Amino acid sequence: MIPKHAKQAAGQRLLAAFRAAGAVEIAPDVLLPAETLLDLYGEDIRARAYVTADPIRGEMMLRPDFTVPVVQAHMESGAEPARYCYLGEVFRKQDMGDTRPDTLRDSEYLQAGFELFSRDPAADAEVFALFHRLLAPHALTAETGDMGLVMDAVRGLPLPEARRAALLHHIWRPGRFQRLLSRFSTPATPRDFGAVDAPWNGLRSRDEMAARIDRLRADTAEPPLAPEWQDRLAALMALRAPAPQAVTRLRELAADMPAIAPAVDRIATRLDAIAAKGIDPDSVIFDASHGRSTMEYYDGFTFTFTAPGRAGWPPVASGGRYDALTAVLGRGRAIPAIGGIIRPGLIAELEGAA
Amino acid sequence: MIRLGVPSKGRLMEQTFDWFADRGVRLSRAGSDREYAGRVDGVDGLSLVLLSAGEIPRELAAGRIELGVTGTDLVREKLPGWASEVAEITPMGFGHADLILAVPTCWTDCDTLDDLASVARDFRAAHGFRLRIATKYHRLVRAHLAAHEVADYQLVDSQGATEGTVANQTAEAIADITSSGETLRANHLKILHGDPILRSQATLFARRAAMGPDMSAVLARMGL
Repeated sequence: MIPKHAKQAAGQRLLAAFRAAGAVEIAPDVLLPAETLLDLYGEDIRARAYVTADPIRGEMMLRPDFTVPVVQAHMESGAEPARYCYLGEVFRKQDMGDTRPDTLRDSEYLQAGFELFSRDPAADAEVFALFHRLLAPHALTAETGDMGLVMDAVRGLPLPEARRAALLHHIWRPGRFQRLLSRFSTPATPRDFGAVDAPWNGLRSRDEMAARIDRLRADTAEPPLAPEWQDRLAALMALRAPAPQAVTRLRELAADMPAIAPAVDRIATRLDAIAAKGIDPDSVIFDASHGRSTMEYYDGFTFTFTAPGRAGWPPVASGGRYDALTAVLGRGRAIPAIGGIIRPGLIAELEGAA
Repeated sequence: MIRLGVPSKGRLMEQTFDWFADRGVRLSRAGSDREYAGRVDGVDGLSLVLLSAGEIPRELAAGRIELGVTGTDLVREKLPGWASEVAEITPMGFGHADLILAVPTCWTDCDTLDDLASVARDFRAAHGFRLRIATKYHRLVRAHLAAHEVADYQLVDSQGATEGTVANQTAEAIADITSSGETLRANHLKILHGDPILRSQATLFARRAAMGPDMSAVLARMGL
């Protein structure tokens, strides 16, 4: 067992490094209003976060992550560019299935984080290189992805707007996404909706139902998506290789999927910027599906650093771009933002084992 | 001494008493109808504790009883990691009930879970909040919807009269236990097609940590 003060010390070192990189330290509350977090993350977060009740403030949540309160603090008072750092506990429940796990995970652990609000396109490389430099002594595996690439590929499918929107909405839910794609790839079967013989019941209105039925009826007239598009999308999603090889392969794929060409250029430029910071691009893995299994949160560049040979460990560090999150929290006002966290507890364990 | 927890009232208690009587064990209340102490005839080493059905999972996990009769729904909802704590000795063939998802009957465009996922997405866009599902089975419903990748919904707690929440506009759909479906029909709700979230029935559970010669002897006496 690594003593808590060793984890705290590892966190303090990371915090000092983030400050040296120009970040201002902020200390968000531990108890956060639950409503914003529940609306953003949905019921999944309730299974993972500790919810408690305050007699006046209502439902409160023990901080499940820092990003939301940091974004809110910046939206209230900050000006771009801005760099913030923090160190503190986050709290996560382990929602058990049918059997009790052999070892319980920590229900509270430290996160040291860095967030950058900036319109400069070089921000991705700045944050990745900072994390890479701080984690270099631990020989971790760096993996990257780009949710913008996958989204552009879907936007480029020759589908009507309603079908594209449905696929984009479920991009983080691979099973549902695949079922929709299969359905759009076969001839639609007309459906009989019958007549309403029951009294109207509930808040959803007749107009809302009529709008959906119109959409579903219009959809049955659509021709199926040509089979090569499923194959192209599958080839893209399965791409995982050292980043320079991945870029070459992406350029090949872009010949058939021109919609991804701008994203591929962005990825290539970012990789050059990362290389210019002294990082060997061949040591960085690019995985097109990286970030697809995380929470609906990252919508651009994503990265993780994982410890090889530590099966069952979460990533030691993770992060990414979350422009859409700032748009939701800013009620229309969006700020390009990228950030990430390191788990000092895992750093302390790696140092203890060394 | 093996302590057996049995629901303390109603049809579930009577059916449990009958089930044990068929296996040569006579369970009864000690003294008056209002007393919650019980007596056991026909087997040695077994005592009876009358409890609310909802408390039986917790009492088994806490080690205050070693055997208990309750619904599979209650065990799965109330005991995280239940299979590590208790063993299902045998289903008892009564108290059948399904945990189901139901939506307004007037939603002629919504018959399946896929429909519900799509309706939830539209609802959230139109109303600015997630479609509400009223239930008291939070863990089971959340796990089921997560496994089927349904998003855009929220659970609202309802400990009773759940079927009324839709008409009261405090929820758009419900997840509840039903046996005949009559209450659902009376409240203009219909069950989504497909498998229910859970098929439940009264089941004899044993606390794993208490399994040993004493319990085996009691169970063997009943032919289990």
